[in-house]
Amino acid sequence: MKTKSLLFAQMPRVALPLILVLAAVTFYRGHHVPGGGFIGGLVGALAFILVALGQGTEVARKVMRVEPISLLWLGVGIALFSLILGFIGGDGGFHGLWLDEFMVPLIGKVHLGTPMLFDLGVFLTVMGFATKVGFGLQEDNL
Amino acid sequence: MSDALLLFLPLIIPAAAAVIGLFLRSQCGLQAIIGVLGSAGMLIAGLLLVARADAVGVIATQSGMWEAPFGISLVADRLAAAMVSVGGLVAFAGAIYAWRDLADGKLGPYFVPLMQFLMMGVQGSFLTGDLFNMYVWFEVMLVASFVLLTLGNKRQQLEGALKYVILNILASSLFLIGAGLIYAKLGTLNMADVAVRLAHPEQADLVRTSGVLLLAAFGLKAGLFPLFFWLPSSYHTPRPVISAIFAGLLTKVGVYALMRTTTLTFAAKAPVLLELIYVISLLTMVSGVLGAAAHFDMRRILSFHIVSQIGYIILGLAMMTPIAIAGAIFYTLHHIVLKTNLFFVSGVVNYMRGTNDLARLGGLVKATPWISVIFFVSAFSLAGIPPLSGFWAKLAIVLAGLDLKAWGAVAVALGTGVLTLFSMTKIWAEVFWKEAPEDANTTDKRTGLWPMLVPCVLFMCITIGLGIWGGYVFAYAERAAEQLLNPREYIEAVLGAGALTTDVPGAGRVHP
Repeated sequence: MKTKSLLFAQMPRVALPLILVLAAVTFYRGHHVPGGGFIGGLVGALAFILVALGQGTEVARKVMRVEPISLLWLGVGIALFSLILGFIGGDGGFHGLWLDEFMVPLIGKVHLGTPMLFDLGVFLTVMGFATKVGFGLQEDNL
Repeated sequence: MSDALLLFLPLIIPAAAAVIGLFLRSQCGLQAIIGVLGSAGMLIAGLLLVARADAVGVIATQSGMWEAPFGISLVADRLAAAMVSVGGLVAFAGAIYAWRDLADGKLGPYFVPLMQFLMMGVQGSFLTGDLFNMYVWFEVMLVASFVLLTLGNKRQQLEGALKYVILNILASSLFLIGAGLIYAKLGTLNMADVAVRLAHPEQADLVRTSGVLLLAAFGLKAGLFPLFFWLPSSYHTPRPVISAIFAGLLTKVGVYALMRTTTLTFAAKAPVLLELIYVISLLTMVSGVLGAAAHFDMRRILSFHIVSQIGYIILGLAMMTPIAIAGAIFYTLHHIVLKTNLFFVSGVVNYMRGTNDLARLGGLVKATPWISVIFFVSAFSLAGIPPLSGFWAKLAIVLAGLDLKAWGAVAVALGTGVLTLFSMTKIWAEVFWKEAPEDANTTDKRTGLWPMLVPCVLFMCITIGLGIWGGYVFAYAERAAEQLLNPREYIEAVLGAGALTTDVPGAGRVHP
C-alpha cells in the first residue's frame, strides 16, 4: 500500500534522520526526566513506519537495513547482559554499576551505567517489535 | 553459588536460550538443541534451588540491590523451589518431544524461543515476591501462550484461542484491579510487606474485596468453577507438545498463585475466602469430571480432567491444615507430571493414527503394547489406583477431610475418583482395547517416533517412582506446608529479621 500524495511519499525520507535523533535524545534523557527506552523505541520505530506508509514496506525494510526481529533479540540480549553484569561486577542481579562522569563536547556531562544499558535493550526491543508489527499490518502477513 | 545467582538462574537461562533461539531462527536442528539445553539448565537450576531451600529454609534476593519493599524481591521457599524444578522437568521433556515436530517443520521457527519465554514467565511467577511483578510474569507467560496456541493457523485453533485470549485478559484485569486496591490500601505490593501490614487489626476492611478479585483472577487461570470453560475449548487444538505443556503447567501457575497469596496474606484476615474456595473446589471437581464423561475426544476428555483435578488441589488448600496443604502440594507435583504424560500419549496416538476421536480409534493394545502400558499406568494413577502416585495424593486430601469431619468433601472427592476411573476406562476401552472400526486408518506411522516416546517413558517411571518412594516427596511437601502455614520465616527472609513487630497469625483452619 503506497500513498498517492507526493508530499507524504517524500517527507518521511527527510524526516527520518530528525526523528531518529529525537528518539536518541528521548532515550538518553530518560534516566532522570521523562523519556527513556520504551518511549524512545516507539519514536524510533515511527521513523521507519512513516517510510513504510509513504513508500511501502519494501523500501522501509531497505532503509532500515536490519530485520525487526534482529533488533528484538539483540535488545533482549542486551537487557539480559545488564542483569548478568550485576553479578560479575556487583552484588546481585541488576545491581546498578556506573562509570565515572566525563565531559563530551556539545552534550555535556555523560554518566553511563548498567541501568542505561538495560534501557538500551528496551529501546531496541520496542523498536524491533513496533516496526515488525507496523510493517506486518501493512503486508497482511505477520 | 550465591543465593542471588541461584534465584536468578531459572530466569536467566530461558531468557538466554530464547535470545539464542531467535538468533538461530533459520536453523531448526540447532534450535531444537538450544531448546533441550535451556530446559535442562532450568531443571538443574531448579534442583539446586530445592537442595538449597530445603537445607536453609527460605532464600531471597533483591533485584538491583534495592532493599525490600522498594526493590522487587525474588524468593524461594520449598514450594516455589519444587515448582521451579517440576517446571524445568516438563519443559525438558517437552523440548525432547518437540524434536519430531520441529524436524518435520510443523512448529515453525518461533516455537523454541516462545517456549523459552513462556517458561521464563512461569518460573518468574513462581519466584517473585511481589504482587505486581507476578502480574508482569503472568503477562509474559500469556503473551507467549497466545502465540503458541495459534501456531499452525487452523480455524479451530483460532476459535479456541479467541476464548482463551478474551477470558485471560479479563482475568488479568481483575488481577490488576485487586493488586491496585491492595496498593491503595496498604501502600505496598511486596507480598511479605503486605502480610506484615495486614497483621495490624485495623487493616482488614479492603482485604476481602481484593482477596475476592485475586481469587477470581487466579481461579480463572487455574480453571476453577465456573470460569473453566475456556480450558477444554482451547487445549485440544494446538500441536500435542504445546497442549501437553499447557495442560501440565499453566493451570498450576494459577494454583500456585492462589496458594501463595492465600496462605501468606488473606487466610488469616479473611477466612470467608477459604469457605468460598471450599465450595468452589467441590463444584470444580464435579463439573470437571461430568464434562469429561460427556465427551468423546481424547484430548477434550483429558482437558476436563484437568479441571476436576484442580478441584482436589484447591480443596486441600481450603482445608488449610498441615496435611491438607501437604496433600495439595504433592497433588500438584504429581498432577503436573501425570497430565503432561497423558497429553504426550494422546499426541503419540494422534501421530500414528492421525486422529484423537475415540470412535475412529481402536486396537492399539495389539498394535503398540508399549504405548498402551504407558497410558494405562498414567490413567490409573490419575484415577487414584494404588500403588500409583495418584492414590497417595488423593489419600492425603481425603484423610485431611476426615480429620476435619468434612463428610461432604470426602464423599465428593471419592465420587469424583470413581467417575474419573469411568472416563479413563472409556478412553482405555475405545482407543486401546476394542477392535479398530472397519473404516479406521490402521496403517500406523511409526517412523521417527522415538523422540516422542522418550519423555513418555521418563514420566511413566516418575509416576511409578512417586507411588513407590512417594514418602520422600511427601515429607518434603509436609515441610513446605509448614512454611506456608507459618509465614514468619518467609517474611523475615524478605524483609530481614525483626520486620515483624506484631505476631503474624498463622493461617487459621476453617471448619466447613
